[in-house]
Amino acid sequence: MPLYLNDDQAMLRDTARGFIGEEGAIAKQLRHWRDTGCKDGFGHALWKQFAEMGFTGILIDEADGGLGLGHVEAGIVLEEIGRNLTPSPFLISAVAFVAALKGTALGARWYPGILAGETVAALALDEGPKHRPEAIAMRAERSGNGFSLSGCKQFVVQGASADVILVAAQTDEGLTLFAVEKGARGLEVEGVRLADASIGARLEFDGVEVDADAVVGEVGGGAAVLARALEAGRAGAAAELVGVGGAAMDMTVDYLRQRRQFGRLIGEFQALQFRSAHLYSELEIARAATLKAQQLLDEGSADADAMVSVAKAKAGRAAQLAVQEGVQMHGGIGMTDEYDIGLYMKRDRVLNELFGDPAYHADRLARMKGY
Amino acid sequence: MDDLDDFRNDTREWLAANCPPEMRVPMRDESDACWGGRNPVFKSDSQKQWMEAMAARGWTVPDWPKEYGGGGLSPAETKVLKQEMARIGARNPLMSFGISMLGPALLKYGSEAQKLHYLPQIARGEIRWCQGYSEPNAGSDLASLQTKCEDKGDHWLVNGQKVWTSYADKADWIFCLVRTDPAAPKHQGISFLLFDMASPGVSTRPILLISGSSPFCETFFDDVKVPKDQVVGAVDKGWDVAKYLLGHEREMISGMGLGGQTESLGAALADALAGDPVLRADVARFDVDAMAFRAMSERFIDELKAGQAHPAQPSMMKYAGTELNKARHELVMAAGGSNALEWESERSNKGKAAREWLRTKANSIEGGTSEIQLGIIAKRILDLPGA
Repeated sequence: MPLYLNDDQAMLRDTARGFIGEEGAIAKQLRHWRDTGCKDGFGHALWKQFAEMGFTGILIDEADGGLGLGHVEAGIVLEEIGRNLTPSPFLISAVAFVAALKGTALGARWYPGILAGETVAALALDEGPKHRPEAIAMRAERSGNGFSLSGCKQFVVQGASADVILVAAQTDEGLTLFAVEKGARGLEVEGVRLADASIGARLEFDGVEVDADAVVGEVGGGAAVLARALEAGRAGAAAELVGVGGAAMDMTVDYLRQRRQFGRLIGEFQALQFRSAHLYSELEIARAATLKAQQLLDEGSADADAMVSVAKAKAGRAAQLAVQEGVQMHGGIGMTDEYDIGLYMKRDRVLNELFGDPAYHADRLARMKGY
Repeated sequence: MDDLDDFRNDTREWLAANCPPEMRVPMRDESDACWGGRNPVFKSDSQKQWMEAMAARGWTVPDWPKEYGGGGLSPAETKVLKQEMARIGARNPLMSFGISMLGPALLKYGSEAQKLHYLPQIARGEIRWCQGYSEPNAGSDLASLQTKCEDKGDHWLVNGQKVWTSYADKADWIFCLVRTDPAAPKHQGISFLLFDMASPGVSTRPILLISGSSPFCETFFDDVKVPKDQVVGAVDKGWDVAKYLLGHEREMISGMGLGGQTESLGAALADALAGDPVLRADVARFDVDAMAFRAMSERFIDELKAGQAHPAQPSMMKYAGTELNKARHELVMAAGGSNALEWESERSNKGKAAREWLRTKANSIEGGTSEIQLGIIAKRILDLPGA
């Protein structure tokens, strides 16, 4: 398979670019929901439109009513989301959550709502300020016909508006994932606005009772479910980062072509040309690594896991460079709220932390390679 | 898809039967490479056998047309062949500037007679080529070159000097940029000339580098007579050929960033990293960059074959690949500590680590410096203003 988009994928990209560029534009979505103090941080009407476009069913099998496409296609949509900073449940609900439920009995329970753009899902994984999924400590004790969950989670993106939360906890049989419904008794949800104006949540579980049928997959079999959620989420976040970085670079290069100082366009200065060219190079490499990871995931390759970490780390660093150079090269105007480049810097920071930052993934790769 | 699977199976079988076991171990250094030529030096019988077996199938240049000595493979088949060779660790059967640089230029700009004459010799490894581009006063500013080429009616007469001519002392022929019209603006009046290094008036002098080796030469032309039909493309229009060829040179040099067959540098250096968490972190970040660049190389080649790559993308590949290769060798030196400083001992394989480390410093200079590449990216890809 060549490492570029095939004709169908290129068509999807054009469709997504047109639609999200229009409906998901910064003024229409991000600024609107931020400035009106929306408690969810995203628009439900757009989520419905995503469903009408078929986007929410990309990773759902055709037999279950979806499009039966892959991570490459999900990444195409995510790159456009990244370019427009579109607040959307897409990454968590239609990518990570859908992947986690794949092949389990709970798909039938939750997929229809996602296909319809009505259900929003969240993932409750992190227990501290950094992503450490291998050290999940939260407990789920056997209780009656099901389990009783106790512990705290944070950085639960869209956790305050989610209809269902995928919770990772330890049982006597090992790590297990539970699909906990909104409003469960004993669950405290504190919505927290993050730097990029998205809404995360801190969750406190105080003996939350769930039935056995809330278990995703097998009791003690959570590692495989979690792995599916993480690889999908990480590859997806990498694609969104490529979009964030790419748009930040485009805006910046555009500015260099227009801004005059010392009687000439600042884009003529070699100091800025070289830094822009280096940035271009880093983003191209990040894009290739991300597409490679998505293709390997879609092939079911054993090499996918390592490449997903490479993609998340590389895309994170490249986008970070793009937004930092973006603000610096814009000068004073780059520091203003009125101008969009600063919004890219904030989104990049959130996406870099989501599902593990570049240091986490470099370390993870090193361990996989035996050092 | 079925045809491609068949091709993969056939290729796998053929390689199993024809690639000698010695040709499946990684090359230790540049001296293990097979360069062919009029008086070829083979390090072993299996090296000779491997080159000849591959050349007989046209697989030294798998994607060239069959009539020019190539394998006539499609881009997809070529990729399968590369994958299958990589799977068993098969060495490149023939290193050649004829393959990586001159060939593509001849395919695009050569006359039919030139293609039929020169390309099969390249494919079979019969002629070893060198590149006469840089001059003492034309480095980054290549188009200011001054080597004089006069039309003497029935032949060209060449006088001048080239520098940094890789392996000029070992090459049979040279592809050379010469000035045919001294009055024209500098990018015009250049022609792309081919001639035999055994011609009277050609002499070479190796240049000793900081690595202690001499891969480059000074090359002198003193009244060298060249037949008239050995100009590629139109007379005075050689800059187009030169630029096109530079794209391929950059592509080749960018491949060095892939660092041979070591998939993970950290895995290779694991013992040294065990007690050094800061160095381990640097190497882990390098491995991320290297694996990402490997994907970029795959994407670039796929896009190139499909005609989708930006024409200036080789500059990006050259820049990123050579900077990555330099970073790799800095890390290898750091992990090696004082062992890696030994210059002559057998223990150090005659200073292999240190000499390779120094050699890589030329990567971001030869074929257009990193700064030249960044300038090209800025202007041609990012469309930034200025000269």
